[in-house]
Amino acid sequence: MRMSKLVRTGADLLYPFALIFGLYIVMHGHLTPGGGFQGGAVVATGAAIVIVAWAYEDVAGMIRKVTMKAQESAGLLLFIGSAALALGLGYAFFANVLANSGSLFGLSVPFGPNPGELNTAGLIPIMNFAVGIEVWGGLTIILLYLLSGLKKEEGT
Amino acid sequence: MKRKLALVIFIVLAGGLLLIPALLDFGVPAFSDMDDYFLEHGQEQTAANNIVTAVVFDYRGFDTLGESVVLFTAVVGVGLMFRRMLKEEEYEDE
Repeated sequence: MRMSKLVRTGADLLYPFALIFGLYIVMHGHLTPGGGFQGGAVVATGAAIVIVAWAYEDVAGMIRKVTMKAQESAGLLLFIGSAALALGLGYAFFANVLANSGSLFGLSVPFGPNPGELNTAGLIPIMNFAVGIEVWGGLTIILLYLLSGLKKEEGT
Repeated sequence: MKRKLALVIFIVLAGGLLLIPALLDFGVPAFSDMDDYFLEHGQEQTAANNIVTAVVFDYRGFDTLGESVVLFTAVVGVGLMFRRMLKEEEYEDE
């Protein structure tokens, strides 16, 4: 059941911005308010706009359930894997081995308020990214399943 | 009679509930040892400016793992429930 052309064009225009804004929230989770869950929900909202504005059959080729399932599983596996990374290096589960190490995301931050640097916080940005793509995939699958019931309906 | 009694009890309880936050000072928690620890050591231990994220993803990582697994299980449940409603010939394009 498609909506009018105005709504469809608006949804097409909004979708990339929702994607960019959500991924921005995900990747700046250790600096600004937000994080993986919130950013993933924003991206899934962008997918929801497109699915509601277009019919389910129009979107099913672009936002595929197989991709979203793989993305969700990959997010959870990346989260558990980055938590288990510390086990392989001889630390406790969930130990932040990359923080203050100087390598990837390894810069230190001074005490107190400071402008912040993206390349800090060790494993936290990686876990944020993992949770972000997991929430993105999971909520989009739920939306696809729930809204796929509309496809039999008669309409314009 | 019963309704009036219930109303009186409700008003007394609601008033007491609203009175408690009015009597407490805002911004002065009774126990702040753990908050102070996070604020003082969070930036040097996790190198993250956002203390909330540092608590959620580093100090309380297990909690977040549980949250992720709950979300994953919810999605699996929705998928299972709606899969039964589809016709047989619609399975292959899943």
